[in-house]
Amino acid sequence: MKFTWFNLMPWPDLPDDFREQHRSVWVDIPSSLYDPARGHEVYHTYLDQLEYAETLGFDGIGVNEHHANAYGLMPSPNIMAATLSRRTSRAALVVLGDSIALYNPPVRVAEEFAMLDVISGGRLVAGFPVGTSMDTNYAYGQIPALTREKYDEAHRLIRRAWVETEPFAFNGRYTKLRYVNCWPKPIQKPAPPIFIPGGGSLETYDFCLDNDYVYCYLSFTGYKRAKVLMDGYWKRVEERGKDMSPFRAGFAQTICVGETDAEAEELYAEHVNYFYNRCLHVYPGFADAPGYRTIKTIQSGALSQYAPKAFGEVATLPWKQLCDDRYIIAGSPDTVVEQMRELITGLRVGNIFCLLHVGNMPDEKTRHSSRLFAEKVMPRLRDMWPEWKNHDERFWIHPLEQRQPVTQPPSLAANGGSD
Amino acid sequence: MANRMLELKGGGFAVEVVEAGKGEPLLYLHGAGGHMPKDRFLSALAGRFRVYAPLLPGYGNSTGEENLRDMLDFTLLGFDIMDALELDKPIVVGHSMGGMIAAEMAAIAPNDIDRLALIAPAGLWLDDYPIPDLFSKMPFELPELLFHDVELGKELMTAGLDFGDPEFLKSFLVINARRLGTAGKILFPIAERGLSQRLYRIKARTAVIWGDDDRLIAPAYADVFDDAIADAELTLLADAGHLVTHERPDAVIEAIAALG
Repeated sequence: MKFTWFNLMPWPDLPDDFREQHRSVWVDIPSSLYDPARGHEVYHTYLDQLEYAETLGFDGIGVNEHHANAYGLMPSPNIMAATLSRRTSRAALVVLGDSIALYNPPVRVAEEFAMLDVISGGRLVAGFPVGTSMDTNYAYGQIPALTREKYDEAHRLIRRAWVETEPFAFNGRYTKLRYVNCWPKPIQKPAPPIFIPGGGSLETYDFCLDNDYVYCYLSFTGYKRAKVLMDGYWKRVEERGKDMSPFRAGFAQTICVGETDAEAEELYAEHVNYFYNRCLHVYPGFADAPGYRTIKTIQSGALSQYAPKAFGEVATLPWKQLCDDRYIIAGSPDTVVEQMRELITGLRVGNIFCLLHVGNMPDEKTRHSSRLFAEKVMPRLRDMWPEWKNHDERFWIHPLEQRQPVTQPPSLAANGGSD
Repeated sequence: MANRMLELKGGGFAVEVVEAGKGEPLLYLHGAGGHMPKDRFLSALAGRFRVYAPLLPGYGNSTGEENLRDMLDFTLLGFDIMDALELDKPIVVGHSMGGMIAAEMAAIAPNDIDRLALIAPAGLWLDDYPIPDLFSKMPFELPELLFHDVELGKELMTAGLDFGDPEFLKSFLVINARRLGTAGKILFPIAERGLSQRLYRIKARTAVIWGDDDRLIAPAYADVFDDAIADAELTLLADAGHLVTHERPDAVIEAIAALG
């Protein structure tokens, strides 16, 4: 199993009456709700947590890209990964990822991912999301019905830029470049492991299988509701005659660990409530721009997980029901182990993106939950896929054996960095 | 009214065309919503003209929207439809998105279009009169935005529809995604693709027709079209919103008929 500690980096100070006063946490939320001085503190707390997760033994630490929102404050995931690349030394840097249709030219992604891979000594996991409709269409103005075509072209360009050793011309519909010449090149050959967030479209299943990419379902409604979608994926894997390595797939899960079930509720319930009620309060008109999803996908019934249908009800559910219905996995280490096993075998996933910071959870609680997970849960889940020797090198990082140790600047070492 | 399918040259498109009426041939290009169920404006138009009202790819039974990407594609499609219908200098009428396409056609081939009616056309952007974001609107918000008489709008837009039925909802989502997904190629995120720098080329006698209570594209835009097109006549109609075609059909047809 590979466990990646993930922080969505939500804004933690949305007011109590946020839902009543504002129609959406995304796209048109007023930025007057953001306080940069407080933001300074929030970023460092979140980044410290990601670094702490490495010391706890997580296999990866994860960041992602969102725009114009208070749900996740990482418009540039590469900046976040860059800070982590010099402050960590072992964990995979899971950038999940760069919305490649938004970079002009997309060679920028090839370059920055290569930089991250080189600086980190080959620890990059490269994610290529299409991006939510809120980000890609409404905040970044991409034409919905052309987004996927642009994405496919950007993907072709990036993959080629990483492997060609001579400059080449690229005559795309959306990008025309006379000289594509990617300096630097990634350490991992021919490319870092590539993870694709998907939401149930057949096209994305096939895209992952064609390229041996990891299919990642980043759901907030828990593993029971994910079963149908992931069964669809595995059915497709079989149809395509591919091997059934569980490391072809990943799943994001909100997890809260306490010493006991009661402690978990006492410590975390309010923060889970903040997440579902405020962080996921998306105006339905922004959830799914017409044309963003293919007709085939809509016909299959896979709607945006940000659409109100998915969350309207969740927002009002009491803690017990959130746990009983497995929207979240919460409780004592024993409880969490049992449910995690059910998740891992039920969905057949080798990668878990652990959402252990939730909503406005303060640092101390986040560390408490993360530590309990790392010490009392993770070790008991390591041997879930013995027939795969618990690892599949096709779908994980290959760092350099000899990596440059990062030295502290003398001033920091001497006085802790203060003036 | 009769519908027939038309295969266009090049093989990329099949277009469903509604044909009706007797009189001068008139090509009608619809807005982003397509034709209304039992479209009363088309019926009224057919009382006076020989109407050819194609459904653009992405609408109705028309196909090939994957081959439409930019403004030039839509503009040339308009001419390909005219050719396939063997129309020689018809009156070209467009509403909203259709008006944007009609204006582009008249600007790109000024000698081929001599009578033009632009009904609340899209295609321009004025910072002082920002056009609301149609794409993020929920269906229930549309009548308010599109009609002066909101109750009439609700009636026309929801006639016979039941959003409570999940199967219907799914088919509605598919229809809506096809239609607005296609429209988005020239309208998203801002419906401006350089038309303002081409308007001067239009030679056609042009009727610019607008509802004075248009809450989507404010009447201020009417003045820009009126000023930029040499031979334009502006008709501003009272008690009408963006769907002035449905709120004041007779007056709209009167203004078109005045083109001669």
